[in-house]
Amino acid sequence: MTANPFDMEHGELSWCPGCGDYAILDALKKALLGLGLSPQQVVLVSGIGQAAKMPHYLRSNFFNGLHGRALSAATGIKAANPELTVIAVGGDGDMYGEGGNHFTHTIRRNPDLTVLVCDNMVYGLTKGQASPTSPRGFVTPMQRKGVRAEPFNPLAAALVQGATFIARAFAGDVERTTAIMQRAIRHRGFSLVDIFQPCVTFNKVNTYAWFKENTRMLEPDRKADDFREALDLALSPAPYPLGVLYEAEGPETFEKGLGAFTDDSRPLFMREPDLGSVRAWFEGLLR
Amino acid sequence: MNSQISGTRDLSFVLSGAAGLGIQTVEEFLCRVLCRAGLHVFASREYMSRVRGGNNSTEIRVGTKAVRAFSDRMDYLFPLTPGVRVNIRRRISQATKIVADRGVFGGEFDGTEAPFVPIPLEDMTKELGGKVYAAMVMAGVMIGRTGVPLPRVLEEIEHFFSGRAEVAKTNADACSLGYRFGVELRGDSEPLYHDAMDSDGKKILLDGSDAVALGAVAGGCSFAAGYPMSPATGVLTFLSANADRFHVAVEQVEDEPAAVNMAVGASYAGARPLVTTSGGGFALMGEGISLAGIMEAPLVVHLSQRPGPATGMATRTEQGDLDLALYSGHGEFPRAIFAPGSVESAFFLSAKAFDIAERYQTPVILLTDQYLMNTFYDVDIPDVSLLRPAGKIDPTPADYRRYAPGATGISSRGVPGYGEGLVGADSHEHDEEAHISEEIDVRVSMNEKRLGKLDAIRQEALPPVLFGPKDYDNLIVCFGSTMEIARESLALLGRTDTAVLAFEQVHPLHEATEAFLSAATRVIVLEGNATGQFERLLRGTFGIRAHHSIRKYDGLQFSVEETARRVSEILEGGAGA
Repeated sequence: MTANPFDMEHGELSWCPGCGDYAILDALKKALLGLGLSPQQVVLVSGIGQAAKMPHYLRSNFFNGLHGRALSAATGIKAANPELTVIAVGGDGDMYGEGGNHFTHTIRRNPDLTVLVCDNMVYGLTKGQASPTSPRGFVTPMQRKGVRAEPFNPLAAALVQGATFIARAFAGDVERTTAIMQRAIRHRGFSLVDIFQPCVTFNKVNTYAWFKENTRMLEPDRKADDFREALDLALSPAPYPLGVLYEAEGPETFEKGLGAFTDDSRPLFMREPDLGSVRAWFEGLLR
Repeated sequence: MNSQISGTRDLSFVLSGAAGLGIQTVEEFLCRVLCRAGLHVFASREYMSRVRGGNNSTEIRVGTKAVRAFSDRMDYLFPLTPGVRVNIRRRISQATKIVADRGVFGGEFDGTEAPFVPIPLEDMTKELGGKVYAAMVMAGVMIGRTGVPLPRVLEEIEHFFSGRAEVAKTNADACSLGYRFGVELRGDSEPLYHDAMDSDGKKILLDGSDAVALGAVAGGCSFAAGYPMSPATGVLTFLSANADRFHVAVEQVEDEPAAVNMAVGASYAGARPLVTTSGGGFALMGEGISLAGIMEAPLVVHLSQRPGPATGMATRTEQGDLDLALYSGHGEFPRAIFAPGSVESAFFLSAKAFDIAERYQTPVILLTDQYLMNTFYDVDIPDVSLLRPAGKIDPTPADYRRYAPGATGISSRGVPGYGEGLVGADSHEHDEEAHISEEIDVRVSMNEKRLGKLDAIRQEALPPVLFGPKDYDNLIVCFGSTMEIARESLALLGRTDTAVLAFEQVHPLHEATEAFLSAATRVIVLEGNATGQFERLLRGTFGIRAHHSIRKYDGLQFSVEETARRVSEILEGGAGA
C-alpha cells in the first residue's frame, strides 16, 4: 500500500471509539488520493462540532472557522482563488442548524464546492441534544418528551433550491462513500453529500444496525439526471436510498461570474492595487 | 449667529421636497455646474426612510472659498412640497428668503419672519410638461443667483443629459426659466461668480460614500461583501456597479455573518476584503471580527453609523457606535479604528485601512456615519502616489508554519495553493501550524504574539490634527465627521484662545494626545452621542477628564453655528458641562 500524502501524524483524536467520523476521514483521504490531488491544492473548510475537527486530522490546507459559517468561508476562499479544490465538512447541527441560512443561499449561489455533512442526527460536542435532522419523538436530556419538530430534509431542500449534485452515503461503507465523494468533488458547482453516521455515545436509536436496516443501495451506475425521480428519492421514507440521487449540468459557477475575473484569471492574491483605474475614474469626473 | 466667515462669501441654499421629485439628480447637476464654473460647492442630504413622498432636503452651499461643513444658515429656502419638516422650519430666520409657489404653500410660512418670494412654479412646470421639472427650475434660480453665465449652464445640461436630446431640451428650458428668475433675485448684489475663479474647474465633486469605495480600491480591495443597510449600502453599490472596471469580487449576501465569514475566508486565500455595514449589521458581524483577530486575517470593516439602539433611525446620523467599534468581538485582539473627518480622508484612510490590516494581519474598522456618506464637496484629485505600495505574498516553503512568530513578532503570511507548504487557519487557540491546542504555554505565547501587534500599530498611529492657535487655552476635541464643522466654527467664534483638536484615528490613540490635552485650560469634547463615548475613551486612556461636553443625539449633524454657539455658551460662563 502506497503512502497517502493526506495522512497526517497527529496526537490523540477527539472522537469516541467507534465514531463514524473515522470512516469518513478514511474515505475522504482515499478519495483525494484517488483523484490525484495534492494537499497543496486542497483546502478543507469546517465550522464547529466533532466532524468539524476533521481538518486537524488530514494533511492539507485548512480553515477551521466558526460554528455554522463553513460555507460562507469556503465561498470566500473559492472566490479568492478558483484554482483551489475547496471541500467543506461538518455535522448536521453545524451545516443545517447554525448554518441553515448559508446552506440555502450557498446552493443558490452555486460556487464550485463540495459539502460533506456527517449526519448523525444528534449533537455530540454539546452532549446529546437534538439536531435539525433528529427524528420526531427522539428523546434527549434537553428534549425530555421527545423532539416535536419535523426533521430537516437536506436532500430535498438542496434539490428544490437548485443544487446539481446530491448524494447520500453511509459511514459504514467506506468504499462506496469514497466513490461518491470522488464524484462530488469532480462535479462542477455545488455538490452535497449527506453521510449517515452513527453517534455511538449519544444516539442509541440510529445505530449501525439501524442504518443497515433502514437504508437501501441505489444502482451505482444509474443515470441520475431526472429531477422528479431525485425528488421522489429525497422524499422517500425508510429504507432511505444511498448513492447519487441527482447529478446534472449546473449553471455558471459563482466564482466564474465575479467581476474580478472578467479579464484576469489570476487568483486575487497575485493582484496589485489598481491605481491606474482609480486615477482614470477621477480624471473622468473632470469631463 | 448668521454672520459669514470673514474674507469669504458663500450662499446657502436649501431645496426640499418629496422623494421621487428628482431632487437628487438636480442636486448633482447643479453642483456640477457650480463646481465646473470654479465656485466651491458643498452639498449635504437628509432624508426620510421611504421610497416615495415624505419631505427630504438638500443643503447646497456655494462660495468663493472652500465650503465643506454643514451650516444652519439658510439664505434661500426652495420648498417644492408643502409640509416642510421641523428640522428645516427651525432654521428659517429673518434672513431666509423663501422662494415658493404661493398657490401651493398657502399660509404654511405665516408666522415666520422670513421674506416670501413668490414664484409661479405650477404655471411654469405646467408649460414644461409636469412637476418633474420643478426641481430643475429651482436649480436655474440658484444658478442665476450665483451669476454663472447661462451659456455655460446650457452646455452642461447638454453634457449631463447627453444622448437624450428631448430630455436635455426640456431641462434646458426649465433651467433657463428659473435662471431668469434667479438673476432678478440677485438684483444689484455682486454675483459670486467672476471670471477668475481660483479652483478653475480642476476640482472634482466627491461624496464620503464614493470616497470610501474608491479608497478601498486604491488600497487593493479585491473582495467585498455586504447586506444592504443604510447608510453603508452606497459603498457596496459603487463597488458592485464597477466590479469589472476595478476587478473586485463583489457579493450581496444573505446576512451579515455570511459577509464577514466570506471575507475572512477570502482573506485567508489572499484577497484584500472589505465588508460594509451599519451598527445593526456590525453587531451581527462581531463573531466574525473576532475570528479575523484569532486567525490574524487582514480584514477591513466599514461601519457607517446611524442612530440606534436597534433599528433606530435608518436615514439619520450619529456617532453612537464608537464603543461598539472599540469593543466588538469577544476575546482580546488588536485592531485599528480610523474615523475620517473629511471626504479626502475617507479616501486615504479607507486605503490605509487595507495597508494596516495587511501588514499587521488583523481587523481594521473604518468608522463613518450617514452625514459623511451623504455629503459631498469639491476636492483636488487625491494623489494616489502618496499611498504606501502594497506588499507581496511570497510562496510558502515546504516546512511553512502559518503562525511561527517571525523576526518582528508578525508571522510571514502565506496563502493556500502558493508554494510547497500548507496553510492552516483556526478559530480555536492553535499552535504554529494552526492546529487546535489546549496547551497552556501555547495559549499564552499565541495570545501575546497577537496582542503584541498593538504596540506596533500604535507606533504609527495618526496624530490628531490641530486647527487654530498653537498656544490655545481652550481645546475643542472631536473625532470623525465633525472635523470640518468644528474647524469652521472657529472662524465664527473669532477667538484667539481656542483651537480644535480633531482625531481621525480613534484606536489606538496617538501618544501626543496627552500633551495636547494637558496644554489646555479647558477641554471641551464635542461628539454626536448622548453618553460621551469619546470623552470616556480619552479619560480611560490618558486619565484626563474633559471640563465640558457638547453632545448631540437628535439624528442630525452638528452645524457650524450650533457648534460655535454651544462653545461660546461654555466659554462665556453660561451653560457648562
